[in-house]
Amino acid sequence: MTPATRHKLRAYFTSFLRTVMLIGICYVILLPLIHRLSTALMPIEDMYDQSVRWIARTPTLENFRLVWVHMEYVDAFWNSLKLSTFTSVLQVGACTMVGYGLARFKFPGSKIIFAMAILTLMVPPQLIMVPMYLNFRFFDIFGLLGEHALNLVGTYWTFALMSLTATGFRNGLYIFIMRQFFRGLPRELEEAAYIDGAGLFTTFFRVMLPGSVPGLVVTFLFSFVWQWNDYLYVTNFMAGKNFLPQALEGAATKVQIAIDEASALASTSGFLDDHFYSLINNAGMILVILPLLILYIVLQRYFVESIERTGIIG
Amino acid sequence: MMAKKRMFLSFRKRQVLGGILFSLPFVIGFVLFFLRPLAQAVQFSFSELVLTSTTYELEPRGWFNYLYALQRHPEFSRKLTETLTDLATRLPMIVAFSFFAANIINQDFKGRTLVRVLFFLPVIMGAGVIMKLEIDDYSFIMLEHAQEGARFGGAALRNIFENSSIPEAMMEYVVGAAESLPTVIRASGVQILIFLAGLQSIPRDVYEAASVEGATAWEKFWLITFPMLTPLILTNIVYTVIDSFTVMNNELVLLIRETMLEGAGYGVGMAMSMIYFTLIAIVLAVVFAILSKRIFYHV
Repeated sequence: MTPATRHKLRAYFTSFLRTVMLIGICYVILLPLIHRLSTALMPIEDMYDQSVRWIARTPTLENFRLVWVHMEYVDAFWNSLKLSTFTSVLQVGACTMVGYGLARFKFPGSKIIFAMAILTLMVPPQLIMVPMYLNFRFFDIFGLLGEHALNLVGTYWTFALMSLTATGFRNGLYIFIMRQFFRGLPRELEEAAYIDGAGLFTTFFRVMLPGSVPGLVVTFLFSFVWQWNDYLYVTNFMAGKNFLPQALEGAATKVQIAIDEASALASTSGFLDDHFYSLINNAGMILVILPLLILYIVLQRYFVESIERTGIIG
Repeated sequence: MMAKKRMFLSFRKRQVLGGILFSLPFVIGFVLFFLRPLAQAVQFSFSELVLTSTTYELEPRGWFNYLYALQRHPEFSRKLTETLTDLATRLPMIVAFSFFAANIINQDFKGRTLVRVLFFLPVIMGAGVIMKLEIDDYSFIMLEHAQEGARFGGAALRNIFENSSIPEAMMEYVVGAAESLPTVIRASGVQILIFLAGLQSIPRDVYEAASVEGATAWEKFWLITFPMLTPLILTNIVYTVIDSFTVMNNELVLLIRETMLEGAGYGVGMAMSMIYFTLIAIVLAVVFAILSKRIFYHV
């Protein structure tokens, strides 16, 4: 066997192995989604029919139509889009700066600040939600406002303040990710910039940021996705407003009520049917995650593009 | 004049000034939006919350809530140990799998974009409101039941190993790993993405230089890729730990919620969460201490 054919054989073998593994992994990942989609396309009769497992006998878009109308999808979509874009841009900005500060500067207290960032991650937000709510309901900086404590609940200020100070949902993680990224970049870049007379911020924006695009994209994605799906913060700080998570949660009940009202004689009246709820919920979940998938497909190119970019700089 | 002054800012001064400027926003936020609520939560754990018609009052109880949780609650201690053991077994599996998966999907092959999109799905589906609805969703529960069947694979594996001389503890771990593979895969989305971004930020010329020197793929992996990714291994360990709080089958979190709402009371529930998170913090501190010496950073 010549070295060339051996090399070729080995390449075939690795690519075969890779394909088998990827198919297996993708199967596990896709199973719940396919199941969800197939459920969402079923009419209610198919749900009760034991012989229907995966493919609806008469596929229907009725569930999507119902959930679209009762979630007030367009309205909820725009609200969520605004909130998620707004918070994730602020969070990525703030966390990147803090992460950079912790990665590249040695100053007294830097280790303590890093430990603080990890601590914010260690405490799940559910645990401190009640005091956090009270904090924003009677917002006051060290008693300066006294009697005139502000009520920030129900305004975007709650999200803005937490995002700007890098203390929003899982922001400790973003600080951590960015810190690790900056620590992984070669130091020579910065030193060259300082020697050329660039200031702190010029160096940060012109030299360090372009080198950490993959980190920025990943952080932005996480931040956006988790804000989009977030239930805890949005229901506590924005109660009564129509964002996607609330809309999705309430949709099944609304559909049920609407159907009951339309046919007063319906035998299911007032009876919470879990089969029917499942149809509506599954259709709703697909509508909620679809925009996130599209966002990811658009953004994942930056992973690939940035290879060449770091190649040039490094 | 200003520009000139800045140019001669000493190394030491620049370090201190830069560090403080960049991390100041977080310090302010930490005090205002984290420390204050946390201090209140700690206070809650030492008292009992009494709701009156218009407001609430706190009755101080000392260490009662903590002692109650640890000594008298029928399930807490058992579930606490179970949850921590479970985390300890799953952590290495998730980190290893995501490291491996990221390396695979970073390679060049047909359909790579599609695969990358698919790998991102668990991140979207395993969060927030989606997960909340899943718990009670009829069709999802049915799917879970259907997958119970897959667990028989574990039993078969156990039979094969039964008569071999492999130590029992090791066999249990391998079988357990095989059985929980679907869970591990679905819990690895974020970690894979973090590793993938890390792989992308390794400058290509390092590999080119290595190739010129005649390094094999194997050597390039262990001498370049692996060391360059070590900072992110730590990141992923931290993430996996915090993610385990929100996993829907975290029985301890469910128990705590139940205790707060209908069980022994809000104060006891708070005390339970404090115990849980203190333990987690200790575990992470140990992991940090062990790993931070072995991590490669550009210095």
